[in-house]
Amino acid sequence: MNAPATPKKLIKGGLHDWEVVIGMEIHAQVTSRSKLFSGASTEFGGEPNDHVSLVDAAMPGMLPVINAECVAQAVRTGLGLKAQINHRSVFDRKNYFYPDLPQGYQISQYKDPIVGEGEVIVDLPDGTSITVGIERLHLEQDAGKSLHDQNPTQSFVDLNRSGVALMEIVSRPDLRSSEEARAYVTKLRTILRYLGTCDGDMEKGSLRADVNVSVRKPGDPLGTRCEIKNVNSIRFIGQAIETEARRQIAIIEDGGTISQETRLFDPAKGETRSMRSKEEAHDYRYFPDPDLLPLEFDQAYVDALAEGLPELPDAKKARFISDYGLSTYDAGVLIAERSSADYFEAVAKGRDGKAAANWVINELFGRLNKEGLTIETSPVSADQLGGIVDLIGEGTISGKIAKDLFEIVWSEGGDPRALVESRGMKQVTDTGAIEAAVDEIIAKNPDKVAQAKEKPTLLGWFVGQTMKATGGKANPAAVNVLLKSKLGIE
Amino acid sequence: MTTLNELTLAEARDGLKAKDFSATDLAKAHIAAVEAARALNAYLLETPERALQMAAIADSKIAAGEARPLEGLPLGIKDLFCTHGVATTAGSKILENFQPHYESAVSHNLWRDGAVMLGKLNLDEFAMGSSNETSAYGAVVSPWRRTGSETPLVPGGSSGGSAAAVAAHLCLGATATDTGGSIRQPAAFTGTVGIKPTYGRCSRWGTVAFASSLDQAGPIARTVRDCAILLASMAGPDSRDTTCADLPVPDFEAAVSRGVKGLTIGIPREYRVEGMPAEIQKLWDQGAEWLKAAGATIKDISLPHTKYALPAYYIVAPAEASSNLARYDGVRYGLRVPGKDIAEMYENTRAAGFGREVKRRIMIGTYVLSAGYYDAYYVRAQKIRTLIKRDFEAAYAEGVDAILTPATPSAAFGIGEKASADPVEMYLNDVFTVTVNMAGLPGIAVPAGLDAQGLPLGLQLIGRPFDEETLFATAQAIEDAAGRTKLPPVWWA
Repeated sequence: MNAPATPKKLIKGGLHDWEVVIGMEIHAQVTSRSKLFSGASTEFGGEPNDHVSLVDAAMPGMLPVINAECVAQAVRTGLGLKAQINHRSVFDRKNYFYPDLPQGYQISQYKDPIVGEGEVIVDLPDGTSITVGIERLHLEQDAGKSLHDQNPTQSFVDLNRSGVALMEIVSRPDLRSSEEARAYVTKLRTILRYLGTCDGDMEKGSLRADVNVSVRKPGDPLGTRCEIKNVNSIRFIGQAIETEARRQIAIIEDGGTISQETRLFDPAKGETRSMRSKEEAHDYRYFPDPDLLPLEFDQAYVDALAEGLPELPDAKKARFISDYGLSTYDAGVLIAERSSADYFEAVAKGRDGKAAANWVINELFGRLNKEGLTIETSPVSADQLGGIVDLIGEGTISGKIAKDLFEIVWSEGGDPRALVESRGMKQVTDTGAIEAAVDEIIAKNPDKVAQAKEKPTLLGWFVGQTMKATGGKANPAAVNVLLKSKLGIE
Repeated sequence: MTTLNELTLAEARDGLKAKDFSATDLAKAHIAAVEAARALNAYLLETPERALQMAAIADSKIAAGEARPLEGLPLGIKDLFCTHGVATTAGSKILENFQPHYESAVSHNLWRDGAVMLGKLNLDEFAMGSSNETSAYGAVVSPWRRTGSETPLVPGGSSGGSAAAVAAHLCLGATATDTGGSIRQPAAFTGTVGIKPTYGRCSRWGTVAFASSLDQAGPIARTVRDCAILLASMAGPDSRDTTCADLPVPDFEAAVSRGVKGLTIGIPREYRVEGMPAEIQKLWDQGAEWLKAAGATIKDISLPHTKYALPAYYIVAPAEASSNLARYDGVRYGLRVPGKDIAEMYENTRAAGFGREVKRRIMIGTYVLSAGYYDAYYVRAQKIRTLIKRDFEAAYAEGVDAILTPATPSAAFGIGEKASADPVEMYLNDVFTVTVNMAGLPGIAVPAGLDAQGLPLGLQLIGRPFDEETLFATAQAIEDAAGRTKLPPVWWA
C-alpha cells in the first residue's frame, strides 16, 4: 500500500516538495427504519424530539436492544468492501459528558468491531486507480443535537438523531492527495448507495468525514497527524486537506513542529483551527457494555446476506465494458449511480450498447443536468429512449431528426414510433420523391450546377438544400447518390 | 386471631380465596400498620389510595371467580423499580421529583397477577450500601433490637426498607434487588427470606441500574413458600432486556415441598473466614446437620478463588456504576443545580444530587476504567470473575446440587456504628454473597436462628444456574428444621 510517491501529487513548499498522507474515518448513517438500540423512527426532519424513545432519552432503567436490520446493513457493507466479517463483535461504552449524549456514553464498538480489514478500488480522473485499505467498520450510536440559537441564555437539545445507527468506516492512511481523498469518498458513497446501506446524502449529514492529515518529505516516516473533524461535503474534504497540508508545511518549513490535535475546518474562512490538543483529549474509559451480550452470528447468516447483495460498481463497470463494448470512461460515468446504470441497461437491452450509452450520457444526462433533474425524475423513460435508439438503428429516422424527436418526447411525452408516424418525421427513402426535390433544386440553380462541376465540394450545399426541401426526412445516403449522378460528380 | 397483616402471603392468598376476608380488609390492615410504623422509615412513599383501588378491583375479580395468582395481596416495592406515575427516587436526591412514565417489568408482572401496591420502600442510595444508611431520605430502622437494648439497628442493605417492612408486617412481601448481596444480607439481618435468582431470571427493564452485569431483582418475604410464589410472578422472559433469559418460569411453589432426599449439599471450606464469630460457625454446622437429617448428603468442597471475589466485585460494580450513573446530569430530568456553563451545571448538580457513598463508587469506577489502569483493574477483575464462575461449575460438575454457607459474617449492627469506619469494613458484609453475583448464580438467604443477643442469623444456599427450584426445596428444609423466626414484638407503633 506504500507505493512510492508520485511526483505530480507532491505539494511544492518553499524549500522542497512534500507528500501529504491522508486517512479517513467516514461516519455513514445506516439506512434503517428504526434506531440502533430503540424502536424510535430514524426519519429525517420532524419537530425537535419527535423521534425519541425512553431509551434514546436515557430514562432510568431503560435498556438497549440491538436492531437486527442495522446489523445486517453493517454486514452487507462489509461484504461490499470485500472485508473480513467478524462473527463475534462486542459493543463498548465510550464515556463522556455532553448534553446531546443522554446516556453519558455512546454505545460503540472498540476492540472487537463487526467488520475487519477490506479494500476499496478508487478510479482517478486520469484513468489510473488506487487501492485504499479499510482498517475496520464498526457500528455506533449517533448523538443528538444541541441548539444554541433558540434562547438567549440557554441551549436546547434535540434528541431526534440520538441513537441513530452509524457505521464508522476507517481507512488506512493510503491516500496521497486531496483528489484521491475526494475520489475515495465518492467511490465509498457509490458502494454504500448500491448496497442500500446508507443514502449518502451529505446535505442531511448521512455521510460525514473525519480526515487525518500529515505531511512528510517523500520517503520519510509518517509525520504527526491532525484530525479534521466532521467535514460534511466532498468539496470541503478536498479544501480542508489542501488547507491543512499547507498549514503544516508552512510550520515545518519555518522550523516548527506539528502537534497532534483535533481541528475544525471553516469553509467560509478557508482555514482549519484547533479544537482540542492531545493533552485535552478525552479519556473515554471504554469498557464492554454490560447491557448487551456480544453480537454473534454464523457464516450461514453472512452467506444469506451475500446472496442478496446487488451487483457492485466494480463488477458492473467491468461487465459494461465487456458486454456492451463501452469505453472505461463511459462505463465509469454510467455506474456512478445505480439508478443511472439500471437506466442504461434498460435502454441497451437488445440494442447497440454504444449507441445507448451515447444517448444516455450525451443527450439525456446533458439535458437532465441543464434542467437540474435526476435520472429518477427524468421525463424520458428508458423505454422511450430505447424507442428512439431503435428508430435510428432501423433507419426510420436520421440522427438529426432523432434529436428533434427527443425534444418532443422530453417536453410532450408519447411513444416515439407513434410520434414519428403522426408527425411525418419518417426518413424518406423513396427515390422518386427525393428525385423530384433534387430535380427542382437543380432546375432553380443552374449557376450552382455549373460551379459544382468545377468544385465538387458544392455537393454539400445541394445536400443541404435537398434536406431542407424534404423537411430533413430524406435519407442522406440516397440524396448523395442521386445528386452525384445528376451533377456528374464522381 | 392474628391480625391480617401478620398472615403469610400464602395464608392471605388462601384466606382471600376462601372469602374469609376481603382484599380491601387486607389492604386496610396493612395501610394501618404502615402508618403506625413510620418510625422505621421503611416506606419512602405510601400509596394507600392506590392500594385501596387495586384491592377493590381484586375483590371484584375474586367475586367473579377470576382471581389471578397474586390477587389482592399487598406488597411493598423497593424504590429502585420505576412505577408509572408514582415517584421513583432510587434513594437519591438526584431523582427527588422523578415520576416515571413507565412501569418496570418486575412490578408490571406483579400488578398483572393482581398484587396490590402499598408504596415505595427505602433503600441505600442507588442500591449502594449494606446498611440502608446511604439513603438520601434517612436510614431505615430495623424492627429488631438486641435483647434488653433500645439501640437502633440497621436492617441491612441495600434492600433495607424491603426487609424491615416484611419483618415488621408492613407488607406480605416486597420486591428487592441484589447486586452484591442486597437481598440476602438484609433478609438475614431481619429474619426474613430473600432470594436473588439467577442473573437473567427477572427482567432488568425499568429498574434503576446500579451494576448491569450483577443487578438482579428478587423477592423478600416471611417464608420460603412466599418467596417462591412472588418470584414466579416477578420472573419471565422480556425482549426489552437482552440479558434476560428466554426460559419458561418453573412452578416454584411446587418445588418448595420437594424435599432434599438424594441431594448433595456442598460446604465450601473457603467460607470459613478468619474472625468469623463462633455462633455463625455453629449455625452453619447446624444447617448442615438439619439437611443431613432431612436426607441430603453433605460434602466438603473447595471454591479456591473465593478470597478474590470481594476485591474484584468492588472493581466491576463501581466501574459499571460510574457509567450507569452518568445519565443523571441535570439535563433531562431529576435535580438540576444551575451553573455558569454546562460543565459547572454538571458539577453542581452531581455534587448536590449524589451522596458520599455514591460519589466514592463513581470515583472508584472512573479510576479503574481510566487509560493506563483499565488492564490492571477492570480486565483482571473480569478474569477473576471467570475463575470464580469456574469454581462453581467444577463443584456442580462433581454432583453438588446446592452449596450451604452463612449469609453474613455477623448479625445486624447499630445505626451509625460503622459510620466512621473504613468503608472496606462495610464492604466486608458482602463477603459471602458477592461471589454469587459474580458468577450469576441463584442464592437464597433463609433464617436459621437467633444469636446470643437475640438477633436473627441466616444461612445462604447457592444453586446451579436457573435451578431456583432446588434452592426453594432446600431452604424449606432449613425453615422446617429451624422453625419460622418469631418476629420481634412491636415497639415502634
